[in-house]
Amino acid sequence: MRFFTKFGQYLLLLKGMFTRPENPKIYWKEFMHQCVEIGIGSLPIVVIISLFLGAVTTVQTAYQLVSPLVPLSTIGQVVRDSMILELAPTVVSIVLAGVVGSKIASELGNMRISEQIDALEIMGINTKAYLVLPKIAAALLMIPCLITLSAFLGIWGGRTAADLSNIVAADIFDIGLRTHFSPFNVGFALSKAYTFAFIVSSVPAYYGYYVTGGSLEIGRSSTTSVVVSCILVLIADYALAALLL
Amino acid sequence: MIEIQHIKKSFGEKTILNDVSLVMETGKCNLIIGSSGSGKTVLLKCIVGLFTPDEGHVIYDGQSMTELSVQDRKELRQQIGMLFQGSALFDSMTVEQNIKFPLDMFTDLKHKDKIKKVNEVLARVNMEGANKKFPSEISGGMKKRVGIARSIVLNPKYLFCDEPNSGLDPQTSLVIDKLIKDLTLEYNITTVVVTHDMNSVMEIGDHIFYIYQGHKQWEGSNKDIIHSKDEKLNQFIFASEFLQDAKQMRMMEAEKEKAGV
Repeated sequence: MRFFTKFGQYLLLLKGMFTRPENPKIYWKEFMHQCVEIGIGSLPIVVIISLFLGAVTTVQTAYQLVSPLVPLSTIGQVVRDSMILELAPTVVSIVLAGVVGSKIASELGNMRISEQIDALEIMGINTKAYLVLPKIAAALLMIPCLITLSAFLGIWGGRTAADLSNIVAADIFDIGLRTHFSPFNVGFALSKAYTFAFIVSSVPAYYGYYVTGGSLEIGRSSTTSVVVSCILVLIADYALAALLL
Repeated sequence: MIEIQHIKKSFGEKTILNDVSLVMETGKCNLIIGSSGSGKTVLLKCIVGLFTPDEGHVIYDGQSMTELSVQDRKELRQQIGMLFQGSALFDSMTVEQNIKFPLDMFTDLKHKDKIKKVNEVLARVNMEGANKKFPSEISGGMKKRVGIARSIVLNPKYLFCDEPNSGLDPQTSLVIDKLIKDLTLEYNITTVVVTHDMNSVMEIGDHIFYIYQGHKQWEGSNKDIIHSKDEKLNQFIFASEFLQDAKQMRMMEAEKEKAGV
């Protein structure tokens, strides 16, 4: 019963975002601010994770390819498909659930507890539209960009690791990258990216927006939002794979 | 003028407000007093529309807030200024940005004019030069003054203050009380203050409503309160021996004046 109450509240939060903005210029400014916070703010961690994900995938694939019948260029192919299909969208989204999600939940939670949301309501501002919508919209724009970047960096990281550790030469790795490339995989990765972006922004926004109590509850709601977002990302990952692949 | 008609509000099985009716006049400081948990903050939130009453009406100069459309309610809210207990300043914005925010959102003024208006209200609350400071860099009393400045920047018709003196020293409390009183007279607005600060009650209470266990127990002016025979009000107001003595002295002085001594 409690689940349905919360789910209904979540849907009402989403519905409440879509009203005519009081001043579109301010909303645009807030949207751009959130793009910087989510996009640029998460860039360093995404870059680091992606490079190492690609590098580790290369090393581990090489370790498992023991048959002399399998050409070494296969490593490039495996790294490419692993990064595009799974590692870039899912791992980056789970990391962003922690980085972006906890920030959104704690920011909104703090605004709720310190009555800043009430202050905006009193002014006649639709707080769901002003505070939540720009965050979700910015996430929907920036997270797919970050995931695309992550895929490129992962492949580059894998190629560099292969070359530096003499697993396979860069030109052979490149042959693997070009072999049996399916553009559908990119579309699939982007559909995952948009779905996960919506989850890692809207779920923490819900937990932060409706927090009650004090600083302890802000911490709890932030943690819960990250856990719930991660679980939902994994469920959505399986659902999309089962549906689209 | 704000009329509150037969408001009832419950949370679950617990009734917080039970048939409360009040009339708050324009150009006066209307104080809602009561002990902790008596329902005064819930009443204030019902008046400003943060809570929807289960029954009853809140009428702003003839307009019932509960019956207004969403758009009309938004417009009415732009005529409301509110000072929150913790000031509720936006942490990520400077003092200037905090005060300018309602102007940015609801007016088409040029940037230069907005800054002029911000400086005017900052001067009005004696906070000149604090434009570039962040809320974390100013004291509690200053935050309250910035909160007041933000709430009056759109020239509201109604000003609400939720415990404006909480966490402030007596001297700063007096400054805030005087500011609220002066602004009420200067802008001829309807001011509603929720407090349990007895200094405020005696200094600025043009019209006082005492809320006891969710209903209106007593109403009158700060002059009437001294002579009130209401036992519950007396227990609340004159809780300490010091205040009881003060009351005795005030009453003796009043009797002497009456007798022409």
